[in-house]
Amino acid sequence: MIRIGAFLVGLFFSGWLLVSAAMGAFAFVTAPAAPTAEHEFHKPAKSVDFSFDGPAGKFDRAQLQRGMQIFKEVCSACHSLKYVSFRDFKDLGYSEGQVKTIAATWPAETPSINPDTGEAATRKPIPADKIPSPYPNDVAARAANNNAVPPDLSLMTKARHGGSAYVYSLLTGYQAPPAELKEKFPASMPGATTHYNPYFANLNLAMAAPLTTDGQVTYGEGAPKPTVDQMAKDVTAFLTWTAEPKLENRKRAGTAAVIFLLIFLGLCVGAYKNVWADKKKAHA
Amino acid sequence: MSFPWANEYKPSNAFMRYMDEKLPLPRFVYNAVGAGYPVPRNLNYFWNFGVLAGMALMIQIVTGIVLAMHYGADSGIAFASVEHIMRDVNSGWFLRYAHQNGASMFFIVVYIHIFRGLFYGSYKPPREMVWHLGLVIFLLMMATAFMGYVLPWGQMSFWGAKVITGLFGAIPLVGEPIQTWLLGGFAPDNAALNRFFSLHFLLPFVILGVIILHIWALHIPGSSNPTGVEVKSEQDTVPFHPYYTAKDGVGVALFFLLFAVILFFAPNFLGEPDNYIPANPLATPANIVPEWYFWPFYAILRAFTVDFLFIPAKLLGVLAMFASILLLFFLPWLDTSAVRSGHYRPMFRKFFWFGLIPTIVILGYCGGSHATDGIVLISQIASAYYFAHFLIILPIISRVETTKPLPTSITEAVLGNTPANATLQPAE
Repeated sequence: MIRIGAFLVGLFFSGWLLVSAAMGAFAFVTAPAAPTAEHEFHKPAKSVDFSFDGPAGKFDRAQLQRGMQIFKEVCSACHSLKYVSFRDFKDLGYSEGQVKTIAATWPAETPSINPDTGEAATRKPIPADKIPSPYPNDVAARAANNNAVPPDLSLMTKARHGGSAYVYSLLTGYQAPPAELKEKFPASMPGATTHYNPYFANLNLAMAAPLTTDGQVTYGEGAPKPTVDQMAKDVTAFLTWTAEPKLENRKRAGTAAVIFLLIFLGLCVGAYKNVWADKKKAHA
Repeated sequence: MSFPWANEYKPSNAFMRYMDEKLPLPRFVYNAVGAGYPVPRNLNYFWNFGVLAGMALMIQIVTGIVLAMHYGADSGIAFASVEHIMRDVNSGWFLRYAHQNGASMFFIVVYIHIFRGLFYGSYKPPREMVWHLGLVIFLLMMATAFMGYVLPWGQMSFWGAKVITGLFGAIPLVGEPIQTWLLGGFAPDNAALNRFFSLHFLLPFVILGVIILHIWALHIPGSSNPTGVEVKSEQDTVPFHPYYTAKDGVGVALFFLLFAVILFFAPNFLGEPDNYIPANPLATPANIVPEWYFWPFYAILRAFTVDFLFIPAKLLGVLAMFASILLLFFLPWLDTSAVRSGHYRPMFRKFFWFGLIPTIVILGYCGGSHATDGIVLISQIASAYYFAHFLIILPIISRVETTKPLPTSITEAVLGNTPANATLQPAE
């Protein structure tokens, strides 16, 4: 009974799947799906090297500081970094005093309450605060940016396929839309408030190119020339740190763990051979 | 249970004698996983995976309990509390990545454990109960993993919860009320998150209980082995300890090596980037996919695109997805071949390696991909084979196949039937 029942159930599921497949294949041949603009014009992230790549990779502290500077002077005009605290900047190689100064001179202020009236107010951030958002709330952010909320960047390099390479590609990928796009997919051309970037999933995004000219940010002495490419790399490195601040601890612990486990594996193999020695011979 | 020649527990000192009299727990352990459990001497490394699965569960329980101390099960703070763990809790990143990737490790070893059982016919009498309890554990694991994935309250958490509870919405008439009842609302929200957290904490302990039953049921007939020939004499077995504790040690070391490489050097490789975006009910991700261990089942779910008479395609997909797991409960009756091990079954073996295994891999690939026309077509053909394999091909093979001769005993299979060995056979 069980086998007859199973046979019938199997016949039904398999049979219907094959019928569906045949119908799908027929539709595929007779009316193939129209190609999409994303399919033809979207590009995978560029390949780019960072100091933190690889199993022994480490952050370049000077690069993180330059990236922080770009974030502070450019990105923070629209984007928040709400999971990161100013005190975390000590990891970038700043002293306690420098962190205090960075917090106090941050372009946005921390929401607070006026102690006299109880009304909403703002105050200068201190190291214990999270990085304040440039907008008091999403409605304000939406209103100021053509109805598109600038996303929080704390986790951006982990929240997109391609990770850090994606962020770098997006920052350096702004260009004029190709003529072919206009010919084949006029609907996918950038509108009045969107900008063409083949690294963005649907080709047009609300953010205008944030890094436009070489020397847009003035780096300190001894730093590389602030070209658009260099600035994009630096801020990407900084955003990789904000997304994964424990990256170095993780890789260091991993190296120790793997070395320990290799020794442990050797001991286990030795113990195994020793215990089984008499059973592996023809017979004792 | 066990064999007459099993070593007997002898308390070695006055305290252990006292314990043995009042609460024979050491005796229990000795008979379960100690020198008191005789095991076939020819087990290969595929027999490590039961122990590895048990260990993976313990890793999940230990890391999970500590994570629960820092996690906030509230839709308003869940995402931020996970980031708090990653940034501000001491070694929180380690606990969280260990728990997240530990789930993947658990599924890797359990899948190998299940395929071991499928190839070597471990589901056949007298071990049907072991197989059935194992499937119960597998179902509980899937439920636990699904609910755990919802807890960080990222985009995939939210939309995954919506899609999976939506499956119940496909049931005719009562579907939507059931979905609302399961979620505690019309969409996943705080009520759903809280009950998922509660159940995610509870179910691992239920799994632990069923594992005890699984091992108990196993110890009645004793472990199977790669030849599928039953134990005949003391010569065929070795005590579990130290022989298999030593062999499992090697497996444990390799397990931890792979785990460490993933955890420390590619902790997000198996995850979906969208889950680092906070849940947003108003923005549907371009491609909603579950974790990799659900991909084959997800592919089966999506393979049904055409209504059958009055049954909508969505309901067919849901039924087929559940059927794809539930049919495994019937395996002891579908595969009637008296030969257990795939080694001695030439046809079975071909269909296993060239039919079932590629099919599962293809289904997995399709389930993780964006559902384009081509992908759906491939998953339809692969799903058709999946059902045909278990429900049609396997019962037929087990009738028509000519099996290879079995060794007369486990010892013969290990040492060969040499003249020197023949003298070792017990005298008639």
